[in-house]
Amino acid sequence: MKFRFMSSLFVMALLACLVASPVAMAQAEYDIDVFARGLAKPIPIAVEGYSGEVSQVLKFDLEISGFKFVSETDSQFVLKGTNNGQVEGRLFDSVSKSVKFAKAFSGGSARSQAHALADEVVQAITGRRGIARTKIAFKVARSGKSEVYIADYDGHNASGVTADGSIVAAPCWAPGRRTLYYTTYKSNNADIVSHDIDSTERKIIARYGGSNISPAASPDGRHVAMILSKSGSPDLYVANSDGSGLRQLTRTREDESSPCWSPDGAWVCFAGKTSEGRRFLAKAPASGGPMQRLSISQVVNPSEPDWSPDGKWIAFTSQMRDFNICVVPASGGEARILVLGEDPSWAPNSRTLVFTRRGSGGKRFLSLLDVPTKQSKDIAQSLGVCTQPSWSR
Amino acid sequence: MKRAVFLPVLVIGLALAVGATGCKHTPKGTTPLPTAKSRPVPGTVERQGPITTAPPSTTGPGGVGAGTATKPDEGITTTKLPAPDSTSGYSQPSIDDLIEGMVPDTNYFKAQTVYFEFDSSLIRTSQYGRIHAVGDELKAKPTTRLMIDGHCDERGTEEYNRALGERRALAAREALIKYGIAPDRMSTRSWGEDVPAALGHDEQSWTQNRRGEFILLSPKQ
Repeated sequence: MKFRFMSSLFVMALLACLVASPVAMAQAEYDIDVFARGLAKPIPIAVEGYSGEVSQVLKFDLEISGFKFVSETDSQFVLKGTNNGQVEGRLFDSVSKSVKFAKAFSGGSARSQAHALADEVVQAITGRRGIARTKIAFKVARSGKSEVYIADYDGHNASGVTADGSIVAAPCWAPGRRTLYYTTYKSNNADIVSHDIDSTERKIIARYGGSNISPAASPDGRHVAMILSKSGSPDLYVANSDGSGLRQLTRTREDESSPCWSPDGAWVCFAGKTSEGRRFLAKAPASGGPMQRLSISQVVNPSEPDWSPDGKWIAFTSQMRDFNICVVPASGGEARILVLGEDPSWAPNSRTLVFTRRGSGGKRFLSLLDVPTKQSKDIAQSLGVCTQPSWSR
Repeated sequence: MKRAVFLPVLVIGLALAVGATGCKHTPKGTTPLPTAKSRPVPGTVERQGPITTAPPSTTGPGGVGAGTATKPDEGITTTKLPAPDSTSGYSQPSIDDLIEGMVPDTNYFKAQTVYFEFDSSLIRTSQYGRIHAVGDELKAKPTTRLMIDGHCDERGTEEYNRALGERRALAAREALIKYGIAPDRMSTRSWGEDVPAALGHDEQSWTQNRRGEFILLSPKQ
């Protein structure tokens, strides 16, 4: 009873926000403690009337979006519907005693209709766009070779983008387009290519002497950051999306790695190393200029940063005794360890991460984490060793 | 003029060879020339100790790049190295220029694979014999070129390891440049942790996986 009262309060607060300012609601503020310690309470919801795959999809989608399935008496929100024929759903709010939406979905598979319904629920209750119909790209290794794959964010409908029988690395989506950047070793060198998924057209955008690795598309899609060692050391560069207009951003003897962009495109964040071998995260202006170290306390050995699309957080991997997924405010400060894992990539909602988890005996697989509630799900995949996920956004 | 450069190079070459082999009794001027037969046969057990090789200067003027002598030493005139970029290192040749018309041989330098400490790209003293053996072969075969592959163990994040593997390959390249090999004959490539030599998940395998490999590129016959 107390719980219900609390959750009602929480929801009423949310509704008050919604009434006062829909924009503020869409960008609900989380303190680092609430956000990164998983202290945000999942939103209770009752879901009735669905069966089989549709029921499983709804549960997966809503739980990874920060909801918790409860009985109708314990929930303010009740989703009722059916998947006989097409997927239908009606969302009731028992506080406002209103129907938030009533929709039927046609076309596509039952699976995709269920994803669409889940996104409707997320939008109606949180005011944020759902992630159930987004895609991920990742690397799949088998018998010493690797290929780039794309799949639905939950790992279903996986399909190969490359079939070279070579080695690939670090796929990255061009924002809003069905184009990937990645490194391929197909032509006797570690080259960066852009790959149009639909036309399958591939263009080499960096094939300099030395390794050409870790491409990262800018938020406006017009530039690509990357690590090149053509000058004799792995340094950070930025080029136009076709590889022209190359500009060197760092000149160090040590190795830079894993660039990512601030959402406004002004900064490129990357992992660096001091001459004593201490690792750090830093950001450099994308137009050139001195780099700035990001101050991070509580954890050491950071690498693989990814800047959240809302600009607030930088998720990264910290290598201590194990690999840990961590998050720090984008301006630096106290970092928080979220879970064991590496190579995080933010969903477009700036709260869900996809990352690589290590199992015993060298096994690796992809996993999803809703950061503020710490609800997590592994992505079932039988393709091979899946790593280096990139979330389309 | 050529002779004036050649002599100091010969002295340094001998000093380096003695240092690299650790052999204190090598008689002056009698070190055997490298031959195809003296090269380790592919597939044989790798020798752990340093490899005895001829001083670079005995390969003749064609094998030694004039003006590429290295360490300053007492009574020896030093010549300048090719200038590295002030902060980065020695810039790399175009990959297509390097490999065009060349045939790679991944076995030729199998026994010269260099190994690294965990999370380090420093070439250990014990590995210099191998680097110099590779350098001597390149000097003896002036039309050949070299691809240097850097590798890591699995204990590191993937792209961090890709950058670390590159640093390892670059460290081997720099050591060869300092040994007198022209920078435009060599390029580097990092495989990160993607191509382990040993497949286990323990220190025994990891030791074998933290390595730099040399691939000889010879002109097509």
